[in-house]
Amino acid sequence: MAKTIAEINEKIRKGKAVVVTAEEVIDIAQKRGVSRAAEEIDVVTTGTFGPMCSSGVFLNIGHSKPRIKLGGGKVYLNDVPVYTGIAAVDLFLGATAIPDDDPRNKLYPGEFNYGGGHVIQELVAGKDIRLTATAYGTDCYPRKKLETLINIKDINEAILFNIRNAYQNYNVAVNLSDRVLYSYMGVLKPNLGNANYCSAGQLSPLLNDPYYKTMGVGTKIFLGGGIGYVAWHGTQHNPCALRGDNGVPRRGAGTLAVIGDLKQMKPEWLVGTSMLGYGCTLTVGIGVPIPILSEEILRYTAVSDADIFAPVVDYAEAYPQTKPDILGEVSYAELKSGRIKVRGKDVPTASLSSYPKAVEIANILKKWIESGEFLLTEPVAPLPGVESGVTIKALKERPI
Amino acid sequence: MNVSRRIVLHFPPNITGQPVVYRLVKDFGLTFNILKASISPGQEGLLVLELSGEQKNYDKGIKYLADAGVKIQSLSQDVVRDESKCTHCGACITICPTDAFSLEPKSRKVLFDHNKCVICGLCVKACPPRAMILYF
Repeated sequence: MAKTIAEINEKIRKGKAVVVTAEEVIDIAQKRGVSRAAEEIDVVTTGTFGPMCSSGVFLNIGHSKPRIKLGGGKVYLNDVPVYTGIAAVDLFLGATAIPDDDPRNKLYPGEFNYGGGHVIQELVAGKDIRLTATAYGTDCYPRKKLETLINIKDINEAILFNIRNAYQNYNVAVNLSDRVLYSYMGVLKPNLGNANYCSAGQLSPLLNDPYYKTMGVGTKIFLGGGIGYVAWHGTQHNPCALRGDNGVPRRGAGTLAVIGDLKQMKPEWLVGTSMLGYGCTLTVGIGVPIPILSEEILRYTAVSDADIFAPVVDYAEAYPQTKPDILGEVSYAELKSGRIKVRGKDVPTASLSSYPKAVEIANILKKWIESGEFLLTEPVAPLPGVESGVTIKALKERPI
Repeated sequence: MNVSRRIVLHFPPNITGQPVVYRLVKDFGLTFNILKASISPGQEGLLVLELSGEQKNYDKGIKYLADAGVKIQSLSQDVVRDESKCTHCGACITICPTDAFSLEPKSRKVLFDHNKCVICGLCVKACPPRAMILYF
């Protein structure tokens, strides 16, 4: 029954493609069988909406008169420092950057109410952003100071480039200590007071294509409410992580680097986020379409929360001390029931990734494809898979 | 006309031994629901109440409290959720000590039961998109 992406695109153009979400496909595959479902369905859409720290925006603000070389100088957007170590008026604003005068964790736990992620959301929302800059001045770029408002509609480029997003599975964070922990996995109450997880599970892009058979460099995706592309495998991409019999990783595994024009994205899908006692970040909406090229691929997309397992990790000791110990594994079905058992104790669960928003993303992408406006792309290069031998490495410190 | 308001009462140490709330019921016919209480003999006490009754009795009750030396703070809007900011992630669910947040089973949207909220404020800072707002 093998189909090709070109054939599926032909059906999309004619408005005849059958598109379902990664949630809907579970039932369909169960009722009609994988084989029939694979014949009938052309595309399965996925979605995820969670805090993703390795996100940021490249900006080219245009040349001032007289010119200023911001490269090597200091630049702030709404008091948030940006990276200037590139050409004269190119800047990089990272999601986790915070103002120099933010008290950080000196007032513990720090609130981190405003940072790079928030600037990105305001930029996308079309708000004016205050740019203040100092530079050292050169013969060709004589100006040393610049203070101006900038707006996304006026600047040359605003490119979202997230170097690691859409983690394929993730830790469930708990706290075995007797004090409250403030982590990137949220507030963790002492003595196994709660368990926080962060994945859309059965809707998550890479959990529906566990061996990266359809997603690759160049794959067109939903990104931040607009269109984006998979640029590369994400940093810390770890395809050789432990996998279950169904091929689904049981640990954090693959990741995606994604890119897209920020000017066509929307603030409701790029949300500035504050993690108490940890820092600022950006909650990013991503949806990846999966072309049903074979029964095998359909079977992967039919994975349900009951078949996806995540490790429970202690964030008081094991995580900060980089110890590999886990306290057990739980399925996303158990996590979503609201309670899991850890060391015999009933622990209430909470999610940091929004499942309702993931559903919304998968449905928006479905509509785009059904309406014929969104065609699928053929990857131009695959992501490193299990056969690549690529694994995540810890830092080996050496004396200087 | 009946009114129902949420108020914070600060008791100076010298009157924590007096049956102030009892007088509100007995003398002014007001009903109350204690949302939060922290009272120890000889120390300043704190009581968060939802106080209801006839407007004129309510006003008299408030005057009685003020005359007795109780400092009254209004909690007219307390903790509210900015619906435009909530992403329905659910990070608040296990943070709330009174289970004011729950998940709607089918959609997995986060429901906020305002009646269960005791205005402790824990969710305000724990909310990643800062959708919970504390009003005074």
